[in-house]
Amino acid sequence: MRRIGVQSLPIALFIAVFTGIVLALLSSYTLTGAVPLYFVGTLVGKAVMIELVPVMTGLALSGRVGANIAAELGTMRVTEQVEALETLAYDPHSYLVVPRIIAATLMFPVVVALAEVTGLLSGWITAINLLDMSTVEFVKGLRLFYEFKDIWFGLVKSMSFGLAIALIGCMKGLSASGGAEGVGRTAMEAVVLGAQMILVLDAFWAVALL
Amino acid sequence: MILFRDLNKSFGPKDVLTGFSLEVPDGETTVVIGYSGTGKSVALKHVVGLLQPDSGGVEVDGNVVHDLDRDGLVALRSMIGFVFQFAALFDSMTVRENISLGLKRQEVPEREIELRVQESLALVDMEGTEDRYPIELSGGMRKRVGIARAIALKPKYILYDEPTSGLDPVTAAVINQLMVRAREKLGVTGLVVTHDMNSAFTVGDRIAMLYRGSIRQVGSVEQIQRTHDPVVRQFIEGRPEAAADAEGLVTQVVS
Repeated sequence: MRRIGVQSLPIALFIAVFTGIVLALLSSYTLTGAVPLYFVGTLVGKAVMIELVPVMTGLALSGRVGANIAAELGTMRVTEQVEALETLAYDPHSYLVVPRIIAATLMFPVVVALAEVTGLLSGWITAINLLDMSTVEFVKGLRLFYEFKDIWFGLVKSMSFGLAIALIGCMKGLSASGGAEGVGRTAMEAVVLGAQMILVLDAFWAVALL
Repeated sequence: MILFRDLNKSFGPKDVLTGFSLEVPDGETTVVIGYSGTGKSVALKHVVGLLQPDSGGVEVDGNVVHDLDRDGLVALRSMIGFVFQFAALFDSMTVRENISLGLKRQEVPEREIELRVQESLALVDMEGTEDRYPIELSGGMRKRVGIARAIALKPKYILYDEPTSGLDPVTAAVINQLMVRAREKLGVTGLVVTHDMNSAFTVGDRIAMLYRGSIRQVGSVEQIQRTHDPVVRQFIEGRPEAAADAEGLVTQVVS
């Protein structure tokens, strides 16, 4: 959990900060002259909570966590450590796969929740410093179409991303073969497949829950 | 007793084992020799159920390995120690944790675990390395820890997969001594696969040669040393004219 969750926080927060800044600026650019500027808060809030931060964090963690899991288990596979585990009467799936899946499924929503807060803060700071908006206006926009669903929707999505990334990383890692080159290929495949799965799940949740 | 009964195993179009039959009597060390890549390790992995046979099978104490259910397989693996070619130590764990892992699975009490760790490390002359990680050990030291991990389980059988490959002659001799010591002190039945004839003659009570997927000859060390079988003679004497033949036998097994 520490490695999958806590150590993923810096990259997730980094992404969230810049997502918030860009969203505020793009919203202002799009809306100025058409609708009141407090809609910047609305767009930043909606985009950060239900789409951009969960998906971008998921894509980044697909690289960080997915590749890490695939490379680690892949190395264990090609160096016979997985077989050694079996000869010691352990089930590799119970011992290696289940803890990683639980950790990723539980920690992804936590990381995404913190990233969402960071994204909102950076959007707010951008709005009041660069867009000539007040905090009251930003918060007004933020609350305008707010629903509790905005929060849990993003978190449910991120939970499914964590599950998918860990599952793919484990599956790919345990089927690695061919030495160092095979492990590298396995990690790459885990990242690509993980990223694809995130986009598919993103569309699925949009169809299913919105 | 371990009994290989007409074992057949293929990987894709390549037949690796074809009618492999061998008896491994209790209390002795049987060595399977043969060219690299001809399926010796494949045969060994069938004993602990890491591979499933295409036909035939392996019996351990009368139990057909590939017919065992999950609990049966756990029980079987608890009485077999496996020493891997490159030790296969868990690199995220210390030496102590590596040796303890199998004991924890068997629910051995903590105090007993520590005792067994110390005993098994002493048996392979590796005292004082408990808190070191595999990356901090040389190849020979890792193999010794691999042996310690196997004997800590107090197994009835120990399987050695190329125990001396990649080691200098002195370290290889030390490993050979440890295998002999394990048999003498613990009374375990050993099954060793190797192409190192020095090792085979040192640790083996019986030697069997795997050739073209099945056993070409089996006998005592003396019988093998005096064999008139040209294939076995070529192999044990390491004569170059055997090399071309060996090239044709090598399988590209990815397991």
